[in-house]
Amino acid sequence: MTTNPPFLEIKGLKKEYVAGKPILKGIDLTISEPGIIAIIGPSGTGKSTLIRCINRLIDSTEGQIIFDESDVCQAKGTLLRQLRRQVGMVFQEYNLVERLSVIENVLTGRLGYMSSWQAWRRNFSQNDINTAFELLDAVGLSDHAKNRADSLSGGQRQRVGIARAVMQHPKILLADEPTSSLDPKTAAEIMELLAKFSRQKHIPALVNMHDVSLARKFAKRIIGMAEGVIVYDGDADGITDEILKQIYGGEEWLN
Amino acid sequence: MAELGVTPVKDYKNPFSINWLTSGLWILVAGYLLYTVQSLGLSWTRFSEGLHHAGTLLDRMFPPNFSRWELLFSGLAESLEIAVISSVVGIFFSLFFGLFAARNLMSNLVTVPVRGFIAVCRSFHPIIVAILFVKSVGFGALAGILTLIIASIGFIAKLFAEAIEEISLKQVEAIRATGASFTSVILFSVLPQVFSRFIGFSTYQLDSNLRNSTMVGIVGAGGLGGTLFSAFQRFDYDFVSAILITIIALILFWEFLSNVVRSIFSE
Repeated sequence: MTTNPPFLEIKGLKKEYVAGKPILKGIDLTISEPGIIAIIGPSGTGKSTLIRCINRLIDSTEGQIIFDESDVCQAKGTLLRQLRRQVGMVFQEYNLVERLSVIENVLTGRLGYMSSWQAWRRNFSQNDINTAFELLDAVGLSDHAKNRADSLSGGQRQRVGIARAVMQHPKILLADEPTSSLDPKTAAEIMELLAKFSRQKHIPALVNMHDVSLARKFAKRIIGMAEGVIVYDGDADGITDEILKQIYGGEEWLN
Repeated sequence: MAELGVTPVKDYKNPFSINWLTSGLWILVAGYLLYTVQSLGLSWTRFSEGLHHAGTLLDRMFPPNFSRWELLFSGLAESLEIAVISSVVGIFFSLFFGLFAARNLMSNLVTVPVRGFIAVCRSFHPIIVAILFVKSVGFGALAGILTLIIASIGFIAKLFAEAIEEISLKQVEAIRATGASFTSVILFSVLPQVFSRFIGFSTYQLDSNLRNSTMVGIVGAGGLGGTLFSAFQRFDYDFVSAILITIIALILFWEFLSNVVRSIFSE
């Protein structure tokens, strides 16, 4: 296991939206094990920025992100798209294309592997279509394949979001607060799905979370961020009140 | 106000006091309006005399004379062809111009010149554009078609751009994250969000082109307008009314068709 190169290696990552006011102040992170890895921390601390730098929805200011033997930060054009398609992303507000059907939304996960001409003609391979329907079945939505995405509930939409990400055959899953807009029961089901796919595909799932207890329940490893730096990186069991105080500041909320 | 627990210590400025600047401006507008009526020589006698002429015109327009229906229908067919061709070509170009003018997807380097071009297309009334084209490509339907293509681009490329600027970028972000190429991102995240509005704009533009195609003929750019104009000049008012009724029927028929189209594509 240790001989394999890590899934993801982040070195000295910095991001400034406004010059001189860094939001990420030098992140070093190595992910070499599959399974759910939770990132916790207060709002505005750069968790979403970190996740979005990994697939370059946001350009970083400085540093390296080594993924699939390439530096994502330097990649351009076709290489960037080839890296992106191997990174499945799940969003807080699901970000489904509302006017497309559920099955079309799942199939958009294959767009990175198709030419625009094929995409225009909706020329998905039979293999992709089979996979899409099986994934929909796996997330329990096979009855809704032909429905429009905006007819689904929040939890159902997030299941489609996960199916779309998995449809990319990703080497890593990213999830940006995938459960923050959901009720506690649905949130746990969504985490369960993410855990299931990362187990099945033997890939890591890097998940931003607000809910510390949910993170403890599903993640073996937890990364705590505060003010743009990593202040804790270790076992979920190692998250003590002392460390939470360090991450979130204050202590009244702990009681 | 003691019951509120607030004791004012000074007089505050009344927020509703009269603003002399805006009042003055209103008085200026009213004054200018009176001046224009005066300078154009508008008066009640002028108006009632005018109404009398209108009465004789209406008298001569009825009953409408459809005896030259062949001339009428060849003009109508040409107008229809001008409208359809110019709409199809105009809408096709507008798709691209609208996309390149959308400031949320393109950089200023692209949007500023494209927006400028669209503004130029919209800055002249179709009649003026039609005169320019008649002078440059000669009399006939080609001038009318070119005119209405310009008019279509000026109008719906702008509406397309505005529709694209209102889309949800979250959906775009998600498709970008799949590694899709720029064109695929447009096809799968932008187009689905704007498609039904594009259909609405396009039917509206075809409607507008139908009406305008009966007008460009007045300056010699082909279609029913030419027939209408020469009927006016020969004082064939009964034929004029026949032409007008035909135009109304055409527009009503299109109204009916476009409602059908819209109900198919909406939602």
